[in-house]
Amino acid sequence: MTTNANMIDVNNISFHYGDRYVLEDVSFSVPKGAFVGLVGPNGSGKSTLIKIILGLLKPQKGQVQLLGNKVNKFQQWCKVGYVSQKANSFNSGFPATVFEVVSMGLTSKLGLFRFMNSTHKQAVADALALVGMEEYSESNIGELSGGQQQRVFIARALVSDPDFLILDEPTVGVDSGSTSEFYNLLGKLNKENGITLLLVTHDIGTITDKVTHVACLNRTLHFHGETEEFEQFNESDLSDFYGHHVHVLNHDHGHGGV
Amino acid sequence: MIEAIWKFEFLQNAFLAGILIGIIAPLLGVFLVVRRQALIADALSHITLAGIAASLLMGKYVTSWQAVNPVYMGMGFSAVGSLFIEQLRKVYKHFEELAIPITLSGGIGLGVVFISLADGFNSDLFNYLFGSVIAISRGDLLAVSVITFVVLVVVIMLYKELFFLSFDEEHAIVSGIRGKWIHIVFILIVAFVIAVSMQIVGVLLVSALMTLPVAASIRVAKGFKQTIFLSIIIGECSVIGGLVLAYYLDIAPGGTIVLLSAIILVLILLFKRWKQGKS
Ligand SMILES: Nc1ncnc2c1ncn2[C@@H]1O[C@H](COP(=O)(O)OP(=O)(O)O)[C@@H](O)[C@H]1O
Ligand SMILES: [Mg+2]
Repeated sequence: MTTNANMIDVNNISFHYGDRYVLEDVSFSVPKGAFVGLVGPNGSGKSTLIKIILGLLKPQKGQVQLLGNKVNKFQQWCKVGYVSQKANSFNSGFPATVFEVVSMGLTSKLGLFRFMNSTHKQAVADALALVGMEEYSESNIGELSGGQQQRVFIARALVSDPDFLILDEPTVGVDSGSTSEFYNLLGKLNKENGITLLLVTHDIGTITDKVTHVACLNRTLHFHGETEEFEQFNESDLSDFYGHHVHVLNHDHGHGGV
Repeated sequence: MIEAIWKFEFLQNAFLAGILIGIIAPLLGVFLVVRRQALIADALSHITLAGIAASLLMGKYVTSWQAVNPVYMGMGFSAVGSLFIEQLRKVYKHFEELAIPITLSGGIGLGVVFISLADGFNSDLFNYLFGSVIAISRGDLLAVSVITFVVLVVVIMLYKELFFLSFDEEHAIVSGIRGKWIHIVFILIVAFVIAVSMQIVGVLLVSALMTLPVAASIRVAKGFKQTIFLSIIIGECSVIGGLVLAYYLDIAPGGTIVLLSAIILVLILLFKRWKQGKS
């Protein structure tokens, strides 16, 4: 592994499904320790970009590096946690307990032909405690509410002790009370546990007080920089970008530079 | 009956083979059911029948071939069929379930052609259709034992990968699991289990032994491991009870085994209802 200041480097990515361009010449990077909010309207290519970063889709042009390694050569997947947009659209009748679901997050860390020992079981319990779901450990995942399921999936992403977490619209289907609590949890993971975060959302306003960087995507990248600069970005620019009027909330910033 | 088991080797073979099949068929069935691929078992059992018919047909022309257990050719067909299904699932990415009717009808077509070429049904073939207590030889028992060992080793060693892939394939692949290889290994062992289960349960009912116990346990179990254990217990009750009944009533065991597991399923559904009604 080369030492590199960036978790992710995306260089000149273009991607099309059939003849329809979804991403055009997108470049951006996620520095270590940052909390990057990737925003954009529905259908702007956010999930597609995330799948390219994770190596699930291959771009027709450009390349992605994770920790300085090309994505197809990258080995340390246990350092990357991922919560997908459709995390809670799984088959809700699936017979798995919350404990079993979170244990899945240890699969690649353990490696082939290895079994969980008491340390790993403790890690699962700790991850559940971190998201406040410890008392549901033995419940079937399908019996929980959408918000509770989402926390379980976050716990699954956290259990392998990742350096980097990618979340694709994790609060869709979660009620607004749990949503702000959830963003507080993310802020804490970033500041206290030093986890680098890439959070995808179409909801710009709610995250500007938590994130250190913002990237606005709509086929091409419209803005990428630190949050303070983003707030200088005036509302009419944003309306152009979204195609309708948007309010950007102003917040106090407690955090320093990255 | 206990006496008869001591006396007749064929009964020992049938019971021992049945007990092993009662473990491995529901065990793999759990993974098939949660992936919504229960019908794969049907497709593969029909391909296996085509293989067995082909083997019986060859025995007609090549006398030395008669010494070869038709199950081996059944296994070969089943294995090729399983790889074919995996390939079709990729071709029809958005209609994965299409792979099943394509393979199923292909299997039936081939089977029918081989059977007619062999001048219709003989009693051997009848045994493969509905299962038999008396047709199990020491060689068959050996084949079942070897397959059971392989299945248990594969499922224990790849348990966490199989579980993750069944729950959420995309995530499993993002976390670095080699999904393609594990799918192939899994579908191959499914093919082998179906081939060795056919002699006792029969082509038409193999998939029932893989899915009915799971359908029952999934309603009452907490979690995945419990679902597996409960499915195996239900599978064993059906196989052992079914073989005893088949022996006394002198009927094909496939039917009694599957009927017993269907009865257990209904009882569990009624119990669940009653419990929900109470609370
Ligand atoms: N598998 C696919 N095949 C064809 N088009 C797709 C596929 N997935 C997404 N798209 C299209 O690509 C565009 C971007 O989708 P997506 O990346 O999911 O956007 P976002 O996550 O920002 O809402 C959308 O217009 C969508 O219709
Ligand atoms: Mg999306």
